[in-house]
Amino acid sequence: MTKTSVNLASVNQDEEALAKRVRDLLRIVIVGHVDHGKSTLVGRLFHDTGSLPEGKYEAIQAMCERRGMPFEWAFLMDAMQAERDQGITIDTSQIWFKTDQRDYTIIDAPGHKEFLKNMITGAAQSDAALLIIDAAEGVREQSRRHGYLLHLMGIRQVAVAVNKMDMVDYEQEQFDLIEEEYRDYLTSIGVTPTFVIPVSAREGDNIAEQSANMPWYKGPTIVKALDSFLPSAPTVDQALRFPIQDVYKFDTRRIIAGRIEAGSLNVGDTLVFSPSNKSARIASIEGWSSKGEFVKPASAQAGESVGVTLDEQIFVERGDMASHEDNAPVETDVFRARLFWLGKEPLSVGKTYKIKLNTFEARVQVQEIERIIDTTDLSATDAGKVERNQVAEIVLRSKRMLALDSFVDSPRTGRFVLIDGYDISGGGIISMEGYADQRDLITQKSTNITKVEHGITLDARAARNGHKGGVLWLTGLSGAGKSTLAVELEKRLFEKGMNAFVLDGDNVRHGLNANLGFSPEDRAENIRRVGEVSALFAQSGAIAITSFISPYRSDRDRAREAAGEQFHEVYVAADLKTCEERDPKGLYKKARTGEIKEFTGISAPYEAPDAPQLTVDTSNCDIEDCVQQLVDYVEANFRV
Amino acid sequence: MDRLDQLEAQSIYILREAFNRIDNIAMLWSLGKDSNVMIWLSRKAFFGHLPFPVAHLDTGLEFDETYEFRDRYAKEWDLKLIKDACPPIETIDPTLPPASRLAARKTAGVKEAIEKYGFNGLITGIRRDEQSMRAKERVFSPRGLDGQWDFRDQPPEFWDQYKTDYPEGTHIRIHPLLHWTELDVWRYIQREEIPLVPLYFAKDGKRFRSLGEKGITFPIDSHASNIEEIIAELETIRTEERAGRAMDHDSEDAFERLRADGYM
Repeated sequence: MTKTSVNLASVNQDEEALAKRVRDLLRIVIVGHVDHGKSTLVGRLFHDTGSLPEGKYEAIQAMCERRGMPFEWAFLMDAMQAERDQGITIDTSQIWFKTDQRDYTIIDAPGHKEFLKNMITGAAQSDAALLIIDAAEGVREQSRRHGYLLHLMGIRQVAVAVNKMDMVDYEQEQFDLIEEEYRDYLTSIGVTPTFVIPVSAREGDNIAEQSANMPWYKGPTIVKALDSFLPSAPTVDQALRFPIQDVYKFDTRRIIAGRIEAGSLNVGDTLVFSPSNKSARIASIEGWSSKGEFVKPASAQAGESVGVTLDEQIFVERGDMASHEDNAPVETDVFRARLFWLGKEPLSVGKTYKIKLNTFEARVQVQEIERIIDTTDLSATDAGKVERNQVAEIVLRSKRMLALDSFVDSPRTGRFVLIDGYDISGGGIISMEGYADQRDLITQKSTNITKVEHGITLDARAARNGHKGGVLWLTGLSGAGKSTLAVELEKRLFEKGMNAFVLDGDNVRHGLNANLGFSPEDRAENIRRVGEVSALFAQSGAIAITSFISPYRSDRDRAREAAGEQFHEVYVAADLKTCEERDPKGLYKKARTGEIKEFTGISAPYEAPDAPQLTVDTSNCDIEDCVQQLVDYVEANFRV
Repeated sequence: MDRLDQLEAQSIYILREAFNRIDNIAMLWSLGKDSNVMIWLSRKAFFGHLPFPVAHLDTGLEFDETYEFRDRYAKEWDLKLIKDACPPIETIDPTLPPASRLAARKTAGVKEAIEKYGFNGLITGIRRDEQSMRAKERVFSPRGLDGQWDFRDQPPEFWDQYKTDYPEGTHIRIHPLLHWTELDVWRYIQREEIPLVPLYFAKDGKRFRSLGEKGITFPIDSHASNIEEIIAELETIRTEERAGRAMDHDSEDAFERLRADGYM
């Protein structure tokens, strides 16, 4: 190559040979309790595989001499002066080495609890994990905590190194005890450690070479164990998830850009954009090739950052989630999450945060903190707030509809972060357990429909009836007294010459909703229909009294939307204990024995109204008084 | 997707995040191999376009071949090129060791450009495997008002969610090549046929492995005169990439101090 020839086209390329030369890469995070020998193990791994850069050993030696301390492998990765001086790892770091089989990125994650955010940062980038436990000290708080968090982060390939075996005279008994204890813990959180390996990082036992000091151990060395792990592959076989990152119009093309998180797409496919639920077909997949030309591939798959053009110019923006029509993401405004909290301020009920779901952003409110999980013994406690570095199960609610997935269905689109102020303050994985996919409830399937205007106004109807129409929406636990109150109220209003009618849960399931079961989606549809029907009653000038548990705020909000200003939410309040004692239909008993699953108040949530128009407390006042309160409310609000 | 495809897709994702989330950004073009790769990736990310300016902050001390390369490819790639001069060496703290002082001059040039053009973010081509302080970097890395890097308290970064919310006045460095290694870069250059300054290729038994200014960057002994040979050389070599960069080695924490003050 001459000095002026800067174009490399002359380099003779054999693409196949090149592909062979591009080695596999596996990213391993190394975690462990402070002083359990993480850094020494990394140092030994480098030394024994011949991966140390030239002069590095001598440089570390010099740094240690300067500080008057014995040789310290930790200095290989602890780059900051503060880390070396204090002898602790503050921030995550990375270092590279290779075995005969492939290349490795070793990610060092700080063991100190206070640097959890840095541990998470490191762990999130890895394909597999190596957990280190001190043979003399055994399983410690951080050993459990790290195991738990790795699982929560979605890391499923785990090896455990029981280190410092030289300190316990290479005793199998001590190793077996630790192995059993830690395996039990990991199994209880759903992790199966692939290997548990007795090692001495200081002496080099079972790192790269099988140890002669522990002939009783027949398993692989650390290097062999790492070599057996698989790099994470993009999830091509799953349903398409293509979160929109940006829309470009640099030239005549309007390109919808993003990275495919799961599945694949082809030119000609129809894409649905959630949560707007608009759809259009892919006209082309756009690209720019290495030769500086435009290319137009026919398909693209998970892991690729791509751009597409559409056959119709529908409005698409960053944050929309594109999928196929089949297997579209869940649409909901409420979901349950398991979350780790890193925020400077605790997370508390009622507080709002910005959520980032892939490229989508919205405000969410903490509706409930279900429990705080102690990662040491997995016990749960109730608390009003989640402190920094704690793990909790919470319920989040959004004003806008969100498109998302359960983590178990689609890990890359089933996770989120929360922003408090300017800071990423927590991360979580999504569970839709007990909550309905609201997609069908908000999707209008019929087309070519035109609304007919009524010739008679609401005012005219109210003038003839002597009262306004409306919906009295009674919500509360089973046994709170909704049906009793509803029927009494209906009678009293009828006696006053008012036009009232009760819609009751069990009754509508015999007719209007006979085709619905008790899945979260069917329950939501049950309430949607009752909401629409009661709104029609209200428009006709009647007073609809509905008597449904209707435990979900989203469902009641939809009923409110259907009836508009004619909607009156009445919270029939009674504490769970009272309701369970009453148990008029014997349902609580069945729920307690497990005969009925997902029973509101016992095994499924009841979301009390935020700001009901009226609260009737049936545990503290008798039926007569309660009915009178309702009658008074109607007199005050429905009379013309 | 092979390893290079995955690296490319990840970098494109980062570049698009930067372009979408941060108003008024620019890319630093050191004219070295890594920043050429970055420009290449940007053209892929934005479908043949480069929607932000590219800045070469000039110390006047680049090699002739480097200037030649800049002027040719700025035109060929249709770059919006900023080529401002860094402040003169006399304005830089004279108590600094000589190589650090030259590096600090580059930092001063960056600060001037940020102020002059009002950039909220700069895309730079650093990689974790170059240097152990860089190994601790974030993809989106906030800087204080004076450009300092608070490396003791960096934001968490996971699941490809980067810190993109900042109070007014914060400056952000974006690192789309952070996860690449030196060999990755060379293999990608080979695959994509990305042009380079010829000083990377051996001549008379010497070549530059890391390219910087005259006087503080030194060539290594090598006979690798094409990419194939360079890759073969790197697969066996055990010295560090920046061994030829004097400023990294003024003292144990020389590079930590440079970076804390805003050096790339």
